[in-house]
Amino acid sequence: MTKATASDARTEQGANGRQKMSIILYSGTVDRLTAAAILATGGAAMDMQVNIFLTFWGLLALKKGAWQDPQQQKISAEFAEYAPMIMEAVQANKVKPWIQLLREAREIGEVNVYACGMTMDLFGLTLDDMEDIVTDVQGVAGFVAEARDSAITLFI
Amino acid sequence: MAEYVVDREIDARGSACPGPLMELIRALKASEKGQVVAVLSTDLGSKVDIPEWVEKAGHKLLAVEEDGNVTRFVVQKAR
Repeated sequence: MTKATASDARTEQGANGRQKMSIILYSGTVDRLTAAAILATGGAAMDMQVNIFLTFWGLLALKKGAWQDPQQQKISAEFAEYAPMIMEAVQANKVKPWIQLLREAREIGEVNVYACGMTMDLFGLTLDDMEDIVTDVQGVAGFVAEARDSAITLFI
Repeated sequence: MAEYVVDREIDARGSACPGPLMELIRALKASEKGQVVAVLSTDLGSKVDIPEWVEKAGHKLLAVEEDGNVTRFVVQKAR
């Protein structure tokens, strides 16, 4: 094995040998949360270690019960005209609620959901305030250390 | 005629990506090695997703049958 190959293999795999997918989830609108949840599901299905870093509006969306609160179910402003169509697809069970997709992703694979410590401080939140799929609090440097050797990195 | 017996048939028609794939994963998890699961999908992504996943997960794709906008995937649990 050449030096480059050994290094490539190391940089793209987690400790358990799985390739990593890192998702920085900044947005809290239903459309983007759904896209992030579907991508996480795909990563988990394809046997990747998926690490999601929740920050700002992505973090608030995972406050306990927020996903059930119609007041907090928003569509990205630029696509607001599609809101009824998307909500209808979810109601008809064609598209599953994003939080359910995330739960299912965790059932079939390794999906870690981290809360950004800075955002937690900003909004006076603790892990107890969050949905149970949020596994831990992470700092930006900690997340970067974990994400630096990802095969796929997404900012949503 | 196909030389396999389908042990479980899943109707995931109308379910959006990644619904049909998730249903298949769940059904295979609950099956015994050697058993055959068929899944019906109208999701366009399934045509790529399901064969890709079956290969990655080390199972066996026995058949892909198309009928209008419905695709039927027949998968054998191989491990």
